[in-house]
Amino acid sequence: MQLTRFPGITLALAASIAVIGCGKKEEPAPAPAPAPAAAPAPAPAPKPEVTVKIGHVAPMTGPQAHLGKDNESGAKLAIEELNAQNLEIGGAKVKFELLAEDDGADPKQGTIVAQKLVDAKVNGVIGHLNSGTTIPASKLYSDAGIPQISPSATNPKYTQQGFKTAFRVMANDIQQGKILGEFAAKQGAKTVAIIDDRTAYGQGLADEFKKAAEASGLKVVATEYTNDKATDFKAILTKIKSTKADLVFYGGMDAQGGPMAKQMKELGLKAKFLGGDGVCTPEFMKLGGPATEGHYCSMPGVPLEKMAKGPEFKDKFTKKFNAEIQLYAPNVYDAVMVMADSMKRANSVDPAKYLEAVGKTSYEGVTAKIEFDDKGDLKGGAISIYQYKGGKLEYVDTLGGGVVEAVKEAAAATGEAAKAVAGAATEAAKDATKDAAGAVKAAADATKAAVEKK
Amino acid sequence: MDILLQQIINGLVQGAIYAMVALGYTMVYGIMGLINFAHGEVVMIGTLVAITVVTLLLKAGVPVMLAGACGIVAAAVACMALGWTLERVAYRPLRNAPRLTPLITAIGCSIVLQNVAMMVWGRNYMTFPPLIEKTQFEIAGASFTSVQVMIVLVAAISMGGLLFLVYRTKLGMAMRATAQNPAVAGLMGVNANRVISSAFVIGSALGAVAGVMVGTYYEIAHYQMGFMLGLKAFTAAVLGGIGNLAGAMAGGVLLGLIEALGAGYIGDLTGGFLGSHYQDIFAFVVLILVLMFRPSGLFGEKTGDRA
Repeated sequence: MQLTRFPGITLALAASIAVIGCGKKEEPAPAPAPAPAAAPAPAPAPKPEVTVKIGHVAPMTGPQAHLGKDNESGAKLAIEELNAQNLEIGGAKVKFELLAEDDGADPKQGTIVAQKLVDAKVNGVIGHLNSGTTIPASKLYSDAGIPQISPSATNPKYTQQGFKTAFRVMANDIQQGKILGEFAAKQGAKTVAIIDDRTAYGQGLADEFKKAAEASGLKVVATEYTNDKATDFKAILTKIKSTKADLVFYGGMDAQGGPMAKQMKELGLKAKFLGGDGVCTPEFMKLGGPATEGHYCSMPGVPLEKMAKGPEFKDKFTKKFNAEIQLYAPNVYDAVMVMADSMKRANSVDPAKYLEAVGKTSYEGVTAKIEFDDKGDLKGGAISIYQYKGGKLEYVDTLGGGVVEAVKEAAAATGEAAKAVAGAATEAAKDATKDAAGAVKAAADATKAAVEKK
Repeated sequence: MDILLQQIINGLVQGAIYAMVALGYTMVYGIMGLINFAHGEVVMIGTLVAITVVTLLLKAGVPVMLAGACGIVAAAVACMALGWTLERVAYRPLRNAPRLTPLITAIGCSIVLQNVAMMVWGRNYMTFPPLIEKTQFEIAGASFTSVQVMIVLVAAISMGGLLFLVYRTKLGMAMRATAQNPAVAGLMGVNANRVISSAFVIGSALGAVAGVMVGTYYEIAHYQMGFMLGLKAFTAAVLGGIGNLAGAMAGGVLLGLIEALGAGYIGDLTGGFLGSHYQDIFAFVVLILVLMFRPSGLFGEKTGDRA
């Protein structure tokens, strides 16, 4: 993908440099003394108030609606706190407003709501939840020059398109897949079966895992596929059973992973189950029941309990929404805070002006210290491994992250994998086209299968 | 060999569920030529009602068997009421409208029901409490559980009961008469409205049972679970010849088997060119082939026999 140049961005850069050059700290005059120019005015003129519209997109309907709701709650919490702070940016009182949209985890709907947000002239976008929706939508935001921070899209491709507006506050799947692959080898597995849900997220993670697993000397004995709406996995699991794999890796979300673990047990599979952040949820254990016992999953970042502000956030969240944190709520919260922080530093809510500041973020968030590299990826994202034990996610280990070396390594891997991912994506697209040509019914279904989530 | 047997078991159980749902589509279509796209949602409501009732009763300390029975009854009653209401409110006023109108209405009802369920039960997945003990059996290396045996048995009994009802009772005769010609049946003293209502009610009751089966099998439920299930069951009904009861049953079982065997062997057969993500496509390709060579479905030749 060529790096496209957008005049808006060049302008934005120039403008923000100008802003930083002129008055990075608060401008001396206007804020404290109201209406200094209009001296004879008897009553102090009310401070101008601006409404900052923050778009938020996540699936609020469909099989991942529970995760979407969780994200939105995180955003709501952040917005509420920001408004309570009575911030002043560029001499005006700012009021943050959340424009929440639903993309149904569907790339088509994702671009439609993205356009809707662009038309509504939002100041920034938090989202989307899924890689499959984030990637196509990022083009629209980039064209409109609107900064976008995804809390949870982990597919590497998102930040590899060369868009200056794309950021994420979570380690990507190159890092995650690699660590999962190495972890699988360390667990003593010799053969592994890989299942993915054919979404940008699932496929991306599974591909990275496969590379790392093979590099660590594991043998991939089966590669099977499902989709993100399926409930029955017995057919593919039966096939995997015949290969006698030591480990089943699943690239996908909890709604499928839970029942999958259960069906593995019913079919008498002895293999261990391993998955990424999509299955590292309370929901997974609820759906999988006792069948999840002893299995592993990974999550970018370090566990909430181990973060300085983690327990505090958890308290706030459960108190306000009377619900358990599912997955990405803290990341969404951080993403909103990073955006507001950038506006503060740029002293402007104008997307063209504060975009530059987003890239220079150094923010101590709930989930991590957030700093972006030149692509917009989170610097030094760590990955933690968890084990399901007695209906709880038990923290096992945090791998990677922090160290400069890891960042360098990841950067190298990113370059190398960029081609591979792009290639895989084209291939998937080709496949989909082939299906569509099949027949009307098949075409309708292929579209559904190609509805790539996360 | 044990793998093939296992896949056949997988397919058979899945197929039994499809068949139960397919019966609801086919009964309504057979009598009034309407594809009730909201039927999948009726099944979903059945599952969710059963979950709620069973969970509440279990909390109150009621024994599992009794709670399960109450759950099924409650689901059946709720679904029957829902089926009746749908027909009365959404479809009856459109009885003489062009065919497309009730079809669109049905799709609308399906969306409304999904959203109502989302409001009532929320967006989260719900777990279905285990109703019968899951004992695991093994035959020639293939394993199956008591739940699977139960599903196939219950499906077989329900289908037998339905066939008896349609071919051996007065109501069944009225149904078949209405299916052939509502006007003439009316002249013979058949109350067409009542017959159509009862078709909806019976189809919905079967849907409720199917819903409980899906719930106990996968142990999860969600407000959108009815959509794909409904689509597959509709496919099964078309495969067997929509409007034909035996066809719906055969179509359901066939579709289940095609899916399981397709997902299990398509990769090997095509040397890895097509993988298990073509599972659904495989099923639909079979459907298209059947429709190309037998446009009325496998069993759909005798239109006079539909009910």
